[in-house]
Amino acid sequence: MKRLQVLMSVESTAPVEKEEQLGKKIVLSKPKSQRQKTLVQKILVNGFLALICIIWTLPTLGVLVTSFRDRDEVVTSGWWTSFSDPGAFTLRNYEQVLAGQDYSYTRADGTVVSSRGDNMLNSFLNSITVTVPAVIIPILIAAFAAYGFAWLDFPGRKILFATIVGLLVVPLQIALIPILRDYMAIGLNGSYLGIWLAHTGFGLALATYLLFNYISTIPRSIMESAFLDGASHFTTFTRLILPLSVPALASFAIFQFIWVWNDLLVALVFLSGAGEQVEVITQRLLNIVGTRGQDWHLLTAGAFVSMALPLVVFFALQRFFVRGLMAGSVKG
Amino acid sequence: MTDFNMSDKSDSPVQRILSWVARLVVSFAVPLLVFVVLYFGFLFLRDSNAPQIVITISAIIWGVGGAAALYWVTNWVIQRTNGIWRKRLTPFMFVGPAIAILGWYLMLPTLRSFYLSFFDRVSENFVGLDNYIYVFTDPTMQTAFVNNLLWLVVGTGGSVLLGLIIALLADRSGFEKVAKAFIFAPMAISFVGAGVIWKFIYAYQPPGYEQIGLLNAIVTSFGGDPQNWIVMRPWNNIFLIFILIWLQTGFAMVVLSAAIKTVPNELLEAGRIDGAGEIRIITSIIVPSIKGSIVTVSTTILLITLKIFDIVYSMTNGLYGTEVLASQQYKQMFKFLHYGRGSAIAIIILLAVTPVIWYNLKQFGKREVF
Repeated sequence: MKRLQVLMSVESTAPVEKEEQLGKKIVLSKPKSQRQKTLVQKILVNGFLALICIIWTLPTLGVLVTSFRDRDEVVTSGWWTSFSDPGAFTLRNYEQVLAGQDYSYTRADGTVVSSRGDNMLNSFLNSITVTVPAVIIPILIAAFAAYGFAWLDFPGRKILFATIVGLLVVPLQIALIPILRDYMAIGLNGSYLGIWLAHTGFGLALATYLLFNYISTIPRSIMESAFLDGASHFTTFTRLILPLSVPALASFAIFQFIWVWNDLLVALVFLSGAGEQVEVITQRLLNIVGTRGQDWHLLTAGAFVSMALPLVVFFALQRFFVRGLMAGSVKG
Repeated sequence: MTDFNMSDKSDSPVQRILSWVARLVVSFAVPLLVFVVLYFGFLFLRDSNAPQIVITISAIIWGVGGAAALYWVTNWVIQRTNGIWRKRLTPFMFVGPAIAILGWYLMLPTLRSFYLSFFDRVSENFVGLDNYIYVFTDPTMQTAFVNNLLWLVVGTGGSVLLGLIIALLADRSGFEKVAKAFIFAPMAISFVGAGVIWKFIYAYQPPGYEQIGLLNAIVTSFGGDPQNWIVMRPWNNIFLIFILIWLQTGFAMVVLSAAIKTVPNELLEAGRIDGAGEIRIITSIIVPSIKGSIVTVSTTILLITLKIFDIVYSMTNGLYGTEVLASQQYKQMFKFLHYGRGSAIAIIILLAVTPVIWYNLKQFGKREVF
C-alpha cells in the first residue's frame, strides 16, 4: 500500500492507465521524452555489449579461420581477406599437425622446401591419460574425506579441517622443488602416477572443502535408516552419499578437468625429461611455438586441437562449471 | 560382518589359534596381492612400448581402479577387526589418505622450501640470507617484482571492472545469455592456447609487407607504422596483461552477474522513484550491495595473477623485460638448477598470499556448525 501511495504522489506526469484491483501490478505509461531516452539507452547498451562480444570473439575466430587456410596464403594476407574465396579452405593443416604429414612450400627465391608437420595426436592421448585419473582420483579421495569430516567423530577433527582450509590458497610453486626431489629419489619423475598424484595434491584441499560443504548438509535422517539396517559407514557412503552428491561431484569434476587439461607448469616440472612419449598437449603446443613460431598454419591448427576438448566440455556442461567456479572462488 | 563369532565355542584352543592365524594371514595377503598387482601395472605403464591408445586406456583403468581398490581393501581389512578397533580405524580410512597426500604435497613442502631457501644451488651448504638478498637486489628480479605488481593492479583491476560493466550491461540487454557465453568462453582456453591466439593478433611484419596480425593491420590501415608490440618496453607488459584480462573477465562477470540479480528490486525501484539516474543507481545501490562478491572475485583473480607463469613463458619467455615472479621461479629451478633461489622466490609468493590464508582461517573459526 505504501509503495502505491508513493508512486501516486511522485509521478505526477505519469497518468495511471489501469488499476484493476489493489495488490495487482500497476502499469504506468511514461511521458514521451523518457521513452525516447530509454530507446537511446537500449541502443547504447546493446550496441556497446555487442562491441565487447566482437572484441572478445575476434581473436579466437581469427585463429580458427587461419587454421583452415593454405600455408602460403596465411603468411601473405590477413585472415579477414579469406572470406572472398571460401573455396580455398582446407583441412591440410590439421592433417599435418595431427599426423605429422610432410608439407612443402615455395620460398620467395623459388626453391621448394619440404618440412615435417607435427604429431599432436600422441600428446592429445597423453593429455587424456593424465587428465581423467587426475580428475577422478582427487574427487574420490576428497569425497571420502568430506564424509569422514561430516559424519565421523575422531580426535583432531576440527584442527585437521582447519588445516585444509588453510591450505586452500597455498600456491603450488611452494611444492615444486621438494616434490621434484622426492620424485627423483623414488623414480616417480616422468610417470603418469607422479603427475596424477601431483594434481591430486594440488586440487585436493579445494575438492575436500567443497564436497564437505555439500555432504555436511545432507540430512542425517537419511543415513540413520541405513545404519539401522546394519550398514557400515563404507556401505552408506558408497551406496547412499556418493549418488546423492553427484551434482557437487560434477561441478568440481568439470572445474578440475579444465584446470588439469590446461595446466602447463605441473606438466613441465614433473613430465620433463621423460621425452616426447609422455608430453601433454600444452607442452606440445609450447614446443611448436618455440621451434616454429612463424608457421602460423601449424600453430593455429595446433592451438585449436588443444582447445577443442575443453571448449566442448565447457559449452556442454557450462551450468555445472559455473556452479563449481562460484563455489570454489578461491583456488590456490 | 566380522568373523569373530564364526568359530564355535567347542573348538579346541589350538584350532582357535590356527583359524586366528589363518585370518591374520589372509588379512595381510589380500592387501599385499592388490599392491603387487598395482605395482606391476605401474612397471608396465612405465616401460611399455605399446601403442599410445592401449597405454591410455590401461593407464586410466589402472589409475582409477587402483585408487578405488585401495579403499576397498582398506575397508575389507577394517571389517575383519572387532568393535573398538573398527571404530578407531574407520575415520583413518576416510580421512587418512587425504591428510597424507595434503601433508606430503602442500604442508611439508612449505617447511622444506623454507629450509631449502637458506641453502645453496644444490642444497648442500648453508648460505644464510644470500638467496633472499639476491632476490631483492638482482635487476632481473626487481623487474619481475615491478611487473608482477603491474599484473596484479592492471590485470585484476581490469578484469573485475570489465566484468562488472559487462554484467551490468548484460542485465539490461536483450541477449544476456548469448553475450555471457561469448565473454565467458575464454575461461576454457589454456594460457598457452591464449598465448598463440594473441601472438597472432600482435604479429608483426616490417613496414611495406602485408600485415597478418590484426592489430598491426588496423594500425596501418589508419596510416600508422606497424609496431612490434611484444618487444616494446615497457608497454609489452600491458599487451601481455590484456591476455589475462581476456581470460579472466568472463569469470568476474559470471560471479558478479549472479550477485547483481540478488539485489532486491524494491531498493532499485525506490532509487528510481527518488529520481536517481541509472549511473547513480549503479554506484549508490548496486555496487555497495555486491561488495562482498567484488572482494571475493578480486581476491581470486589476484591469486591467479600472482602465480601467472604460462603467458609470459609462452609469449616472450621472460625476455624484453617481461619477467614475473612465477616465471623467474621456474627459471631458477629448471633452467639454472638453483634450488636455493627457486625456493626463496616460492616463499615470497607464499608470503604474498598469507593474508588470504589468515582471513580464510578467521572465517572458518567463526563457523559455528562444525
